[in-house]
Amino acid sequence: VLIVYSLTSKEDVLFRCTVRQRYISPDTGTGHGGSHGNKDPGYAKNGNGTTYSKKPFPVLSFDYEHVRLPFEISLWVLLASLMKLGFHLIPRVSSIVPESCLLIVVGLLVGGLIKLVGEDPPVLESKIFFFYLLPPIILDAGYFMPIRQFTENLGTILMFAVVGTLWNSFFVGGLLYGVCQLEGHKLAYVDLLSCLLFGSIISAVDPVAVLAVFEEIHINELLHILVFGESLLNDAVTVVLYHLFEEYSSVGLITVTDVFLGIVCFLVVSLGGIVVGAIYGILAAFTSRFTSHTRVIEPLFVFVYSYMAYLSAEVFHLSGIMALIACGAVMRPYVEANISHKSHTTIKYFLKMWSSVSDTLIFIFLGVSTVAGPHQWNWTFVVATLIFCLVARVLGVVGLTFVINKFRIVKLTSKDQFIIAYGGLRGAIAFSLVYLLNPEHFPMRNMFLTAIITVIFFTVFVQGMTIRPLVDLLAVKKKQETKRSINEEIHTQFLDHLLTGIEDICGHYGHHHWKDKLNRFNKKYVKKCLIAGERSKEPQLIAFYHKMEMKQAIELVESGGGSKLPSALPSTVSMQNIQPKKPSQDRALPQLSKAREEEIRKILRTNLQRTRQRLRSYNRHTLIADPYEDGWNEMLIKRKKMKELEKKMNNYLTVPAPPPDSPTIARARLASDPQAWGLKSVTESIPTIKVDLASPQSPESVNVVDEFSKKGSQPKEEEGGLTMKVPSPAKQRKDKTPDEEPQQRLMRCLSDPGPAAEEEDEDEPFLP
Amino acid sequence: MGSFQSLPDDHQYRTLSQKTGFSLEQIAILHNRFKQLSQNEETLRRDDLKTIQDLESNPIRSQIIEAFFDSRNFQKEGVGSVEEIGFEEFLTVMSYFRAPPQHITEEQREEMRRAKLRFLFNMHDTDNDGTITLEEYRHVVEELLSRSGALGRETAKGIADAAMLEVASISVGPMAPDEFYEGITFEHFLKILNGVEIETRMHIRFLNMDATVLCK
Repeated sequence: VLIVYSLTSKEDVLFRCTVRQRYISPDTGTGHGGSHGNKDPGYAKNGNGTTYSKKPFPVLSFDYEHVRLPFEISLWVLLASLMKLGFHLIPRVSSIVPESCLLIVVGLLVGGLIKLVGEDPPVLESKIFFFYLLPPIILDAGYFMPIRQFTENLGTILMFAVVGTLWNSFFVGGLLYGVCQLEGHKLAYVDLLSCLLFGSIISAVDPVAVLAVFEEIHINELLHILVFGESLLNDAVTVVLYHLFEEYSSVGLITVTDVFLGIVCFLVVSLGGIVVGAIYGILAAFTSRFTSHTRVIEPLFVFVYSYMAYLSAEVFHLSGIMALIACGAVMRPYVEANISHKSHTTIKYFLKMWSSVSDTLIFIFLGVSTVAGPHQWNWTFVVATLIFCLVARVLGVVGLTFVINKFRIVKLTSKDQFIIAYGGLRGAIAFSLVYLLNPEHFPMRNMFLTAIITVIFFTVFVQGMTIRPLVDLLAVKKKQETKRSINEEIHTQFLDHLLTGIEDICGHYGHHHWKDKLNRFNKKYVKKCLIAGERSKEPQLIAFYHKMEMKQAIELVESGGGSKLPSALPSTVSMQNIQPKKPSQDRALPQLSKAREEEIRKILRTNLQRTRQRLRSYNRHTLIADPYEDGWNEMLIKRKKMKELEKKMNNYLTVPAPPPDSPTIARARLASDPQAWGLKSVTESIPTIKVDLASPQSPESVNVVDEFSKKGSQPKEEEGGLTMKVPSPAKQRKDKTPDEEPQQRLMRCLSDPGPAAEEEDEDEPFLP
Repeated sequence: MGSFQSLPDDHQYRTLSQKTGFSLEQIAILHNRFKQLSQNEETLRRDDLKTIQDLESNPIRSQIIEAFFDSRNFQKEGVGSVEEIGFEEFLTVMSYFRAPPQHITEEQREEMRRAKLRFLFNMHDTDNDGTITLEEYRHVVEELLSRSGALGRETAKGIADAAMLEVASISVGPMAPDEFYEGITFEHFLKILNGVEIETRMHIRFLNMDATVLCK
């Protein structure tokens, strides 16, 4: 029984005839772009179909073709994500084998499975790769690029990217041509230009692979930015060489003018890409200035503008990767000043999510394509390619470092050189570029494909797996996990200004001079345009400080503690320690020795804990029914507490004591105290105990009067806490010893030095 | 100290070169600059440095100028500030900004690092008591933020307090509430700037300075 239906995307299926046609999917793969072409011409609903016969109304029907495309895409994405999930659940494997290797293996398995079933496994189609899978990864990298390190090492990175890639291409291409000629019969048809083209494709270090492997090994930032920056910037070189050789391979000849034009083209491609990216970045920054009322779509602007930058660059055959990087890097400081915190988090997480999924999909598809793609194995060619690639890389790095070190202050050691050379991984970009080659112009395309896949596998598997133990073996410096402290920030800024000043004194228009000029230009003109409102004037140090405080406040809330005041301070030292000592006001207090004080505090604390347990069970019902209490005691307690609280508040606020109020008024006053942290009053019958956290910032919190001296339990310093005192009437109730206990305990808990002393006790209020 | 004749003596250059580590060409270039700044006199005064136009917009201008006149930076045992300096002192202060030479042992590197950090420390510790107190630190932060106008003042205080607390907790660890942290000593200063590679960051490229490209 066959079912056929009209597949105009807008109209719904109204009718189903009983003819189904099996589709032969074009070998561009199932579930990829272009499958909309699988539509078949709409069949007339009723009418000339001779096969039409009335059926009972189908209650349930199976209609897979309808959703085939999105369904299969979702299946792939789901598979990729589940794989990723699975790897991290098996801890041992993920620590030995990098994720990318595992994913390729999975791809191989899946491809094998599909082939077994008899279907054609999908190949990583270049269009999909370049338009959908690559941009998120690059945007993620560009948006979070550490600009400072990047610009400091820009010269080195450019040297590696441009000169290194050129060297690699010509070395590999030239030598391969030589090998092909020498080999004779099978490879003689491979001409020089094709070899050079192949060389240029394969010599580009791949950002996806580099990111995937380097992220797991946590090497120091210098090496990371060198290899990674190189992988990004060599895109321009690759684009130019690729187009150059591809254009002229059919002609078979390149003249000097072509070479010259090629150089010009390179400049145009790279600078043009950067300019396009910068323009879109500025547009995005400008748009974000006005989004204060529509916070929800802020992330969308970031993504869409960046994607447009990429596509616009691709329109002109400029370097899309550089456009994307430039866009992200340019827009970031301004956008982050404008958007809300939630949008910032959204952007971060979306980018990470997309790039992660893309990354996974790319590697899986590499595996699948290996199974699928047409292969042509040629031992000589493949082995020669592999060897030449490695040799070229090593020679290139060593030679370039020798030149570069003459200009660098921080020299690159041989360990660094080894890591740079070893980290030159090839990946999916090379594969896709070869895949794009026209088989008519390039009859050896399949051989190229095979060779590329071999090289990719080798670099990802062998180099990817061994780089981690090698890094440990060579004791390469790892990334420092320290958070940037505010001291470092202050001194770094100070140093920048100092160096600029010294340069001015020397009369030397150096690095710092121009950087300073750029910063001032930025502050004066650009920031005013692109950042909304007040924040355009906010200096970097203040912005940094606020960010840090915010982060710590969020951490505090997330860790569930309400006990410490949110502040940008580490909790081991408090403000009293660094405030210059004020001359102590004369207080009629006994000075306790430290040991005694510690002892007293310990007593108080233990009692507080016990009291807490008792107090927890107090509520309006049990308090009354409690056998220890009776109405009179309650009232006494209440009155005493009110008196204490008044007195404490007076001292705290340093105002003269008002006449003793009725408890209600006192409670009301307390309730309006903004510093009060604790319960609102439950009922009339329950005394309200409010625990005040005197802010550590106020050295004015005066110590309480000498009633304490009677009990001898006065902690000397204002540690910022509740310094409620034990009222003297407690002494009078010595006759009521059995009843005294809970009251004493209550008293004692009130005289506890305060929450700063113990952390875990304080996360619940005293009374439920 | 060490006033020179108007024609630089080769021998004097050589002694300077040995003392500060500059090469002879670098010393000649710097001497030209010195003469230009001091209007061909033997000594340099604060006003001469204040005439440099590009220095106007620098927020820590006065501290930089002070550093040149601070005897502690002359590598002799002096204290206090002087009114005018000769070429030798000028060169000595400049030598703090040299890059570390190519082949250098660990101790020499450490020594260089300490010297540079000592220079920085002296810039902050204006009253020369060996510690950077909270007031001095606040002053530093205020100067850094001095271009931002009124909103800088209160936040500067907050930032300086936070920074000081950080130093205290890193250097001293948990403190009882009545202990008092006097100020950042040089050792603590070294500790907090441990992550910053001072010996490579604090340098000016003297290599290709062209005497003709001098700013006014």
